[in-house]
Amino acid sequence: MNWETVIGLEVHAELSAASKIFCGCATTFGGEPNTRVCPVCAGMPGTLPKLNRAVAEYAVRVGLALNCEITRHCKFDRKNYFYPDLPKAYQVSQLYAPICREGRLTVVADGKEKSIGIREIHMEEDAGKLVHDCSGNRTFMDFNRCGVPLLEIVTHPDFQSGAEVIAYLEKLRETLLYLGVCDCKMQEGSLRVDVNLSVRRTGGEMGVRTEMKNLNSFKAIGRAIDYETKRQIEILGKGGRVYQETRRWDDENGVSYGMRSKENAQDYRYFPEPDLLPIEIDDQWLKMIKGSLPELAHEKRERYINDYKISEKEAFIITTHKNISGLFETVSELSGNPLESAHLVTGEIMRLLNQTDTLPEDLSLDGRKLAALVNLVSDGKINRNAYRETVEAVFTRDVIPEEYIAENGLMMINDDEAVIEAVKTALSENSGAVADYRAGKEKAFGFLMGQVMKRLGGSGNPDMARKALKDALK
Amino acid sequence: MFDLSATELSAAIKAKKISVAEAVESYMGRIEKTDKSLNAFITVSKEKALARAAEVQGRIDGGETLSPLAGVPIAIKDNISVKDIETTCASKTLEGYTPVFSATAVERLERAGAVIVGKLNMDEFAMGGSSETGVYGAVRNPWDNARVAGGSSGGSAAAVAGGEIPLALGSDTGGSIRQPCSFCGATGIKPTYGSVSRYGLIAYASSLDQIGPIGRGIGDCAALLSIISGTDEKDSTCVIKEPFDFGGGFPDNANGLKIGIPRNYFGDGVDESVKKSVLAAAEELEEAGATVGDFEMPLMDYMIPAYYIIACAEASSNLSRYDGLKYGYRSAKAKTLPEVYRLSRSEGFGIEVKRRIMLGSFVLSSGYYDAYYKKALQARYLIKEAYDGLFKRFDAILSPTAPTTAYKIGENVGDPMKMYMGDIYTVSVNLAGLPAVALPCGFDERGLPVGFQLVGNAFSDGILVKAARVYQNRTDFHARKPKTGGEAQ
Amino acid sequence: MLIDEKLIEYLENLSCLTLSDGEKERLTADLGEILNNMARLEELNAKGVPERSHPFDDVNAFREDEAVCSFDRALILKNAPEENGEAFVAPKTVE
Repeated sequence: MNWETVIGLEVHAELSAASKIFCGCATTFGGEPNTRVCPVCAGMPGTLPKLNRAVAEYAVRVGLALNCEITRHCKFDRKNYFYPDLPKAYQVSQLYAPICREGRLTVVADGKEKSIGIREIHMEEDAGKLVHDCSGNRTFMDFNRCGVPLLEIVTHPDFQSGAEVIAYLEKLRETLLYLGVCDCKMQEGSLRVDVNLSVRRTGGEMGVRTEMKNLNSFKAIGRAIDYETKRQIEILGKGGRVYQETRRWDDENGVSYGMRSKENAQDYRYFPEPDLLPIEIDDQWLKMIKGSLPELAHEKRERYINDYKISEKEAFIITTHKNISGLFETVSELSGNPLESAHLVTGEIMRLLNQTDTLPEDLSLDGRKLAALVNLVSDGKINRNAYRETVEAVFTRDVIPEEYIAENGLMMINDDEAVIEAVKTALSENSGAVADYRAGKEKAFGFLMGQVMKRLGGSGNPDMARKALKDALK
Repeated sequence: MFDLSATELSAAIKAKKISVAEAVESYMGRIEKTDKSLNAFITVSKEKALARAAEVQGRIDGGETLSPLAGVPIAIKDNISVKDIETTCASKTLEGYTPVFSATAVERLERAGAVIVGKLNMDEFAMGGSSETGVYGAVRNPWDNARVAGGSSGGSAAAVAGGEIPLALGSDTGGSIRQPCSFCGATGIKPTYGSVSRYGLIAYASSLDQIGPIGRGIGDCAALLSIISGTDEKDSTCVIKEPFDFGGGFPDNANGLKIGIPRNYFGDGVDESVKKSVLAAAEELEEAGATVGDFEMPLMDYMIPAYYIIACAEASSNLSRYDGLKYGYRSAKAKTLPEVYRLSRSEGFGIEVKRRIMLGSFVLSSGYYDAYYKKALQARYLIKEAYDGLFKRFDAILSPTAPTTAYKIGENVGDPMKMYMGDIYTVSVNLAGLPAVALPCGFDERGLPVGFQLVGNAFSDGILVKAARVYQNRTDFHARKPKTGGEAQ
Repeated sequence: MLIDEKLIEYLENLSCLTLSDGEKERLTADLGEILNNMARLEELNAKGVPERSHPFDDVNAFREDEAVCSFDRALILKNAPEENGEAFVAPKTVE
């Protein structure tokens, strides 16, 4: 009998708003403990929350991009529990009327298209950080993260494999990045994924699910899913029982272990947050947010292919990351040459990124400089070698292209006499090759061509040199 | 000087007849003398007040145009945050807590030149109707020291009625301004929900709490309310646009004012003396030109349950933050984290607070939410709807504030349900977010004050203030004073 | 509504309180009486009636997304029963 895995995801995305969800403290990552805290996010008595408008707008953006219904009248609720990282002893979240519901995201996994159902997206506040004193017996409470705005994006249990999960997460990350609402850095916790997983006999009744936390990379998620699937099948295969619990993934050792049992499920006593007014999203506001939606990756791909006649393959490479497509669009616009710009980005730039182990999110290149180079090469002012060399210099040392070309004598030699002179010298010094060519050995032409270019110091105009050489050999 | 109203005192200060320091010191003297018997103050901040007095005097002397309350000593209920002054909510839980910021209402008063002289006693976390539940002991009624001052703003009402202070801030969640006003013979306003910022008011029940003034007459209360009202970017629920402007003067007629009297508010369980005085107040306003009609108030049986369910639910959540980790009391016995939580809370809260937290946890807990909490929210909807209908017929609803006059200290402490039933006339006003004024209208056979309330439609606080002015222009109940010391009369 | 020991214990846990025996006895009686009174709500026909959690129907109170200066850390920690100059200090938290 076969087993089937059923997976649902809860993704917490930290929004890249400048300020916290309910107060004006900055959301910047890191910093000295308790230096980005005010009476509101510290939960001091008598303080009240005031909602950051950008948080609602970001949530709606994501909802629209994920084809959700937008809840026109949505509310916040309090989730009550005691824990030292939660200064008010309740988290302001959304239970009864989340801002977005019932969306879809289509992904391609194992060569097949699959539509994943989004159950809901809700807004909530992040909790603080607890640092445990290993030697002593104390915990230090840092509230810098308290009140950082989060979106929780919850799917239906629509996944059947790790590959589908990863495909979904990649697409979700791409979408969040393009929307400009989250920087999606898993290492810094700005994208956190909890995996709910159960197994069942194919077509049988749903099994008991576990929830996995502490998944810090896509790779870890894939490994954790494989591990948990095996673990549950093994238990059930032996006639055992899977317990509903939260499990923590230990990536180093490739195992997970159970945390607090969810069977003692907390009674969170959710109720409508009386300190905040409901949010009403009217047609006008919704239209405005729709209008402000940036172009998403798949829309960009279509435009590149249709309008710029860029190949599908190149369009795909360009849109793997917002920073790459951003660079492409700048270079393309400034140079007026989308095809050459696409070659540059998918060729040299991708090669340099790989070679230097640079992540696309850390890419910072001056598009103006690259656009200038694109123009120089397409106008025949520099040849391909000089072009590649200068691009690399711009990439690694941020040189000014025109200066670099001048200093290194890379400007193409378009002077007829210099070319004819170089051809003459090359022919007189390589009479053997000339004879070979004349005897019908076409290969010798390439050799002679190389000799001509060498004499031009690498910056000769190859078209011109080829023509002069052919003329001289007639 | 003690005969001057707050606005008269401010005028005398501006006319250089009295200095701010003199005014503050004189009242400080009164507090020192009478508060041993009243126990209305938790904290008297003399040095800070004198420093503030000098500063305000400087502003006045410098020709700055200040508010009608400039230079007036004022005291603040101890659940309203004042920066650098201990703010305890009359609870061991907040012992030693000194806020690092001031409530918006306090900031506005200070900007207006009022001088804060101290913090006033109350029921612990404003949970109660007798000001007996606080850790600092019971507030005593200035008319009879053996009796309660009412609550939860008992300290505010007693201090004003006892002549310790011309004007005070209180808060009203289910009658906590109006009922002590009634018991002590003071005047108070429970403003429309959302007209005064709650920022800095230590929450009991967020959707019901509202800060308001308690004074000797409606003029002072109106002056104070116009200063503290108005939108505040820190409070999302403070939806009013402009501060109230009640205008000046005492109109001498109530022509055109349509008053409704809920017949069923005058049934069994209401003191005869209360009925008599309150109906006399209605006649007084009728004589002044108002029309008076009666009606049957619907949903009366559901008001107390709906109120206590909603208030306790919100309170159970609002008071969860007191855990012995960030501020206030931490149990010395606690070693582990769970002990810090449970022992600090158990030793820090009094029995009434625990009762309401437990009740609130219950009505929100899974399995009971729908039957209690959800049902209470639906009752709230119907109550608000009923009021909406009534205000199509009436401008103001006139009723007793409390069924009885002040009772003896200790008399009702052991009987929470009896205590809760005393709030029958006040709680629905908070559920619907409406404004009300509480005015003295007579005395019972023991010489204890009787009060009545006028309830208006949302944001019609101005209409109520005008009606109150007419009433107080024609009567002198608000101006009568207890004998100092408050021996039974 | 019958309040039994189990329910009181459950509510103690939810409320993070440890009651003395005397308090337990008292609150068992009180809560029973209060909830009996609250039970009057059962008679209210509220079918289809909306729930009102705010006095009014106002919506949309926002602040703009601008980061402002936070508070001085010393002030944030000022009232803490235990702190180390940087953070609030609690006995070790066990997960």
